[in-house]
Order: sequence, then structure tokens, then C-alpha cells
Amino acid sequence: MNRFDYIRAGSVAEAVAAHAAGAAYLASGTNLLDLMKGDVTRPERLVDISRIFGLDAIETLPDGGTRIGALVRNATLAHDPAFAKAYPAVAEALLSGASAQLRNAATTAGNILQRTRCQYFYDTASACNKRQPGAGCDAIGGVTRTHAVLGWSEHCIATHPSDFCVPLAGFDAVVEIEGPAGRREIPLESFHRLPGDAPERETELAPGDLVVAVRLPPEAKAFAAHSRYLKVRERTSYAFALVSAAVGLTFAGDRIGQARIALGGVALKPWRARAAEALLAGAIPSPELFARAADAALQGASPSGDNAAKIDLARRIVVRALTLAQAGTPARIPALPASPFGA
Amino acid sequence: MNSPDTGFPITLTVNGVPRSLVLEDARVTLLDALRERLDLTGSKKGCDRGQCGACTILLDGVRINACLALAVSHDGASITTIEGLADGDVLHPVQAAFVDHDAYQCGFCTPGQIMSAVGLIREGQAGDDPERVREGMSGNLCRCGAYAGITEAVLAAHAAMNAPDVLPGGHLSEDAA
Ligand SMILES: Cc1cc2nc3c(=O)[nH]c(=O)nc-3n(C[C@H](O)[C@H](O)[C@H](O)COP(=O)(O)OP(=O)(O)OC[C@H]3O[C@@H](n4cnc5c(N)ncnc54)[C@H](O)[C@@H]3O)c2cc1C
Ligand code: SF4
Ligand code: FES
Ligand code: FES
Repeated sequence: MNRFDYIRAGSVAEAVAAHAAGAAYLASGTNLLDLMKGDVTRPERLVDISRIFGLDAIETLPDGGTRIGALVRNATLAHDPAFAKAYPAVAEALLSGASAQLRNAATTAGNILQRTRCQYFYDTASACNKRQPGAGCDAIGGVTRTHAVLGWSEHCIATHPSDFCVPLAGFDAVVEIEGPAGRREIPLESFHRLPGDAPERETELAPGDLVVAVRLPPEAKAFAAHSRYLKVRERTSYAFALVSAAVGLTFAGDRIGQARIALGGVALKPWRARAAEALLAGAIPSPELFARAADAALQGASPSGDNAAKIDLARRIVVRALTLAQAGTPARIPALPASPFGA
Repeated sequence: MNSPDTGFPITLTVNGVPRSLVLEDARVTLLDALRERLDLTGSKKGCDRGQCGACTILLDGVRINACLALAVSHDGASITTIEGLADGDVLHPVQAAFVDHDAYQCGFCTPGQIMSAVGLIREGQAGDDPERVREGMSGNLCRCGAYAGITEAVLAAHAAMNAPDVLPGGHLSEDAA
């Protein structure tokens, strides 16, 4: 780990003012310190935002939506009874991520801003366009089971590893930002960037921008009775997603009202499947319909290496998640959250 | 407080005792502060990257990985380590249950397992469901594969700590074990 200046910010304004070129915000550090220990990232200054007052609240807004402060811990949010009841797929996604120890530390903003788990990004002996623009990408032609099948480019085939972000994208969350240029908001769906020819630019944040909150709209609560997150990983627990899906359905009689679908583990951003949602809206649910929706969700998918299996895996996960959502949100999150082996 | 010349003075309340120290460098993790500066080597360094749970401590009552936390960031915090669990010679109920259930072999992961179990029981999410206990303990790896005993020990400790007739120090009676 390189040496760095350490500055503890007492307020949002102080944090933004203390940020300079080569600086990084420190929330809990479960991702940032890991990357610094591996010399993957070498910030010259850490601006510690973990003590900023007022960023750790879960608030119900006048419109019925929910505002999650940037410093709310992943565990606190997932175990908040009112939140878990209103947004069960978000709670299930959170509880399927990392370990209890990490969720107790991990913050809302830190989670959405965690960096890819591409093993070539982590290995400083490998070429990586994200770490060093223009260096090339050693993942291409390498071991690619965790890599993208949607939205990748010849410059980067990595995926975004967050579970939390998948239902946030599906349920139209909005990211609130304060930065040198003032306040603004970005829908989570367009917050992370696809790699294109600039994989080093990972989000729409400008230098010095601080995420202060994530908001979920009241409309997302309409899906609470039929919402699931499903995640396939290489072991039962404590592993990143190979493929995951967040889905929500509403029903009007025997027809689907609206549908929400987002996929994880398949692209460098949480992947909203709007064509699949449109196909489901107003239709009578059936295994055939769900299979067509899954095909629509994976439209345009192509292997970025030896990972074609993920495309079919993702289709099956969409069908399974829709089937589970139709059956109804369980009264309590299963013992193995989001597991295809759980109840 | 943030000048490399003067170092970073911090105070941590560790196992109930206020401890002041001056970090010469902001890079020191909580794990290294405990092990190298405060001579509390019960918390283990397995991976140093958040992947194994050997460094699990309670930070302000909540279990976390001490290897992925900067000490300077937690100035003023209250910490419990494995050294702070027993009451003199009387083991904490989770420690006693690990002994009773043979929940370790080499013992390297054990301090982290026990701190994690204490945290899990406090969180109150697992109850007496073995599947929830296994999931709740999944952040603690055991190279010796003592998982079956660990799950039994956590269930037994949960029962003992929630039972009205726990013996002093939380030991189970012979028949209850
Ligand atoms: C072993 C292991 C397993 C894991 N498994 C999973 C998993 O299965 N699923 C999953 O989703 N995650 C997983 N994670 C990742 C974990 O969720 C993240 O490390 C965590 O959410 C990061 O939160 P943090 O508060 O510690 O962020 P930090 O590490 O402090 O910050 C992360 C990044 O966000 C930036 N940042 C933080 N806060 C702000 C802010 N307010 N504004 C602007 N920038 C900010 C930092 O500069 C840094 O770049 C795992 C991590 C580990 C170590
Ligand atoms: S896939 Fe992206 S992150 Fe991985 S090595 Fe290539 S450029 Fe780097
Ligand atoms: S040493 Fe901290 S998790 Fe392994
Ligand atoms: S007892 Fe040896 S690693 Fe767990």
C-alpha cells in the first residue's frame, strides 16, 4: 500500500473541498483498502467521509419514496423491517452479497461504487485498460467465466460485481450527488458506464463528486408482493454472482400488470431488460411467456470469451426468478438469500 | 492530527480498557494496531483481504473484518476481541460451546469464528435454524473443515444464552450439552 495523506471530513462541503486530483473518498474501505493493498489503486490522499453527520439515515419521503443515506450500512438497510417489507428484492440482494462482517461495514455509496472483480484488473502484472488506459486487456483470451456477455467492448469485458445495484436499477433508483459543480441526480440505470473505448471511466461522476444518497421511488413498492432476487455463484454463499436477476411483478386479475427485470454479472453495469418488461406487461403468465421474456432480456448477448454458457444460464435465471416472483415474495427472506438451492 | 510529522494519535477502548496510541502512518489497519501495537494477537491475520474472517472483531458491538478497516478512521471506537470475552477463568458461552462441541482442529480460525458467532447471536437473525447459522457464519472459513462442530456450537450457545437457566458463566449442564 502506498503512503497517502489522510483527511477526515466533518461535512459534505469539507469533503468536496478536500478532494483533489489523485484523491479518493474513504467510506468503510472494504473495497478501497483491498485494492490499495494490492497496489491496484494508489490514491495520494484519502478523504475519510465515514464521520460526516447526517448521511446515515433511511428516510421516508413525502411522496412515499425512500431516501437511503450514503453511509447507511448494507446490513442496517437489509434488516430495516419497513425497508425490507417495501423493497424485498433489494433486501434479498443485499443479504446475498459478501459476508455478514462485510455487510456490517459496507456502505450504500461504497457498494454502488465498488470496482470490478476482473482478476486481471486485480493482478498488476496483467495488462488492463481500466488500470492503465491503452495498456490492453489480458482478460481477452484468458479465463472469462466472470466476464461480460452484454455491452462489452474490445477494450474491456469486465462485469460490475454489486448485487445491491441490480434491483436498484430494476426499480428506478436515483443517485443524489454533491460535487464541485453543486447538486445533481443521475438514475442508477445510467450511473455506471459501459466500457466502450474508455473503460477507465466507470461512472458518470466527475472528479470530486460525492454520492450523498440513493433514492427509491414510491412506485417501486407496488412490486413488493411479487419481488425476488436470484443469484448463481460458484459456492452456496460468500461469492460474487456469475449471473443474477432482480424481478418484480404486479398483477391485475390473472394478467401481469407491470414487470421489472434487471440482470447482474453479465455486463459492466446492472443490466435493465426493458424489452422483456414490455413483453410481460398485460400478458397472462405462462412458462412460454417467461421463456420469451428471458430471450428478450438476453437479446444481443454474445460471449466475450469462453463464457457462452452464461447466456443460457442468465436466461434460465430470468425464467426462474419470474416463476418465483409470480409465486409471491416469501414472508421472510430465505435462510440462503437469493439461492437457487433455497426455498 | 493528519500530519505525517506528528503521527496520528488515536484512542480505542479495547475490551473495556481505553488505549491510546500514536500511529506513525495512516496505513495501519485495526488488525495491525491490535496485533502489533497493543499485543493482542488473538485476532488472526489469515488473508488480510476480507476473505477469511480470521480477523473478526466487534467494532462498537458489531462484527467486522479488522483487516479491511483503517485504525485512524476508527479513533474513539469501542472494540471487543477474543481476549475480552471470558470473565476471568469463566469462558463466554460461545467459547464454552466451542470446547463442548469440538468446534476446531488447529484453532487458527477459532478466534474469528467465536467473535463472528457472538456477533451473529447478537444480530438475532439466525435463531435456532442450522441453515441460517451456516449462512450467517459463511464469512469465516475453516481450513480444517470443522464446520459441523462450529454449527453445533453456535446453536448450543444460542440456546444457552437464550435459556433462562444458564449456569454461571454460561456453561451448559452435562445433560443439556
Ligand atoms: C471477500 C469479499 C466478498 C464480497 N462479496 C460481495 C458480493 O457477493 N456482492 C457484492 O455486491 N459485494 C461484495 N463485496 C464488495 C462489498 O460489497 C464492497 O466492498 C462494499 O460494498 C464497499 O463499501 P465500502 O463502504 O467499504 O466502500 P469503500 O471501500 O470505502 O469505497 C468503495 C469505492 O467507492 C468510493 N466511495 C465510497 N463512498 C463514496 C461516496 N459517498 N461518494 C463517492 N465515492 C465514494 C471510494 O472512493 C471507493 O472507490 C465483497 C467484498 C469482499 C472483500
Ligand atoms: S476486462 Fe476490463 S478490467 Fe479486466 S483486464 Fe480487461 S480492461 Fe481490465
Ligand atoms: S484476515 Fe481479515 S478476513 Fe482474512
Ligand atoms: S480449526 Fe483449523 S482452520 Fe479452522
